[in-house]
Amino acid sequence: MNARWMKVAGFVLCLVPLGLLAVRGLTVGLGANPIEVVTHQTGWWALTLLMVTLGVTPVRRLSGWAWPIRLRRMLGLFAFFYAALHFVTYLWLDKFFDLRDILKDVGKRPFITVGFTAFVLLIPLAVTSTRKMIARLGGKRWQRLHRLVYVSALAGVVHFLWLVKKDIDEPLMFMGVLAVLLGYRGVAWAWKARVAVRQQRAAAGGD
Amino acid sequence: MLFRKPPDVRPSEITDQALYLNRRKFLAGAGALAGAAVIGGSRLLEIVTPSTVAQAATLAVASRTDYAGGEKPTLLKDITNYNNFYEFGTDKYSPATGAKQLRTRPWTLVVEGLVKRPKTYDIDTLLKLAPLEERTYRHRCVEGWSMVIPWLGFPLGTLLRQVEPTGDAKFVEFTTLYDPKQMPGERTNVLEWPYVEGLRLDEALHPLALLTVGLYGAELPNQDGAPLRLVVPWKYGFKSIKSIVKLRLVNTQPATTWYKSAPTEYGFYSNVNPEVDHPRWSQARERRIGEFLKRKTLPFNGYGDQVAGLYAGMDLRKNF
Repeated sequence: MNARWMKVAGFVLCLVPLGLLAVRGLTVGLGANPIEVVTHQTGWWALTLLMVTLGVTPVRRLSGWAWPIRLRRMLGLFAFFYAALHFVTYLWLDKFFDLRDILKDVGKRPFITVGFTAFVLLIPLAVTSTRKMIARLGGKRWQRLHRLVYVSALAGVVHFLWLVKKDIDEPLMFMGVLAVLLGYRGVAWAWKARVAVRQQRAAAGGD
Repeated sequence: MLFRKPPDVRPSEITDQALYLNRRKFLAGAGALAGAAVIGGSRLLEIVTPSTVAQAATLAVASRTDYAGGEKPTLLKDITNYNNFYEFGTDKYSPATGAKQLRTRPWTLVVEGLVKRPKTYDIDTLLKLAPLEERTYRHRCVEGWSMVIPWLGFPLGTLLRQVEPTGDAKFVEFTTLYDPKQMPGERTNVLEWPYVEGLRLDEALHPLALLTVGLYGAELPNQDGAPLRLVVPWKYGFKSIKSIVKLRLVNTQPATTWYKSAPTEYGFYSNVNPEVDHPRWSQARERRIGEFLKRKTLPFNGYGDQVAGLYAGMDLRKNF
């Protein structure tokens, strides 16, 4: 399958959760508390897609395949899309745009504070995701800015962990996945630093 | 990133990947889809309404009283498909199916501790202990949702007076069935089992505290705490313990399950109070199941006139 079709398939796949939610809503219904279902589903998929996005680099490096990188921007934007749906559900269906209530929530409830942070951090990343913006910022600066995704993902998982009553299994699973994804980067970075030092030494010895 | 041409991916391709990547969510959704396609509207209703409701034996109702200000009761399908009953899983949708395997006969209730006449009651004796009253109460969960439920039962005080608490008795401790074979949640350590709840004796003797055996004119569905549960309408739902096997009169405050699990979040009293937030979320408003907009939460869930006297002189922020 060529890269173009990969992208189309990925696009459709990323819409499946939303599609199923809509179909369920219009047919059997979303149960006794539909708004809760929508909130949980959109949040769960935002986190999941964020993890998938973070998985692109390790998969590419470890497998040598080039195609995952072509999907990365789209996956990241879909993560943002579901996060935005999640956020709007909260603003509209939970708080009815009551700004005072929302500000109180953001200031007073750590799980909202940290979830809000996770979402806000994604905004500049989504805004600078176009080719034009990459060119304008320059690769290095763009890359540095986009490291915010690590903070956002961590904040997102903590948000999940802090909001559940007692059943922390699923949040801990996300935490484990995130630890592996960030751990990979840590190891890769340390390895690169070591190789660089060796090369420098080798270069110095050769003089 | 948007494709220029409309997608014409082979459906088989999409399905395969979806199955692989999102098996669980996909299957749930696919089930719903298939259900919608194959089965007509009337059959769909059956899917969302557990059969246990249809099987439940109806009970003779001696009187009907509305304690919910004339509000229409929540739909039976919502009352029986959206339950917090951690013995059958931590999500609110599993008890409806998971609790089907619970055997509610034979069932006994042991009443012991600081009483003059300790006694073991058979559930069928309890059903005839007093005339069954239908009482429509508001039910407010600590999570911020609520329902209106026509319960069937009799005041807990009726039973307590039969066993005659001694002068030392200050609290009542309630215990849920412990049977990990029937209650799979009890094999996990999400909470300490068995589930224990408690009331101060004067709270337990309050005429609104209802020993409950049914709802909507029939025996309790398993997922709602069959065959015997407590309903304390002015407290958060978790105080209204389900599937009770033991009632013990004691003179010190019982160590209750949610209190033990998080003492700063779930107080012993746990009276519904919009002024005192849960440390992680607000209690000022609630979503009535079946309604779109949230509504304001009432102090003591709207039963302040009857029960506020129980707490005269107490700091309800401290004794949350």
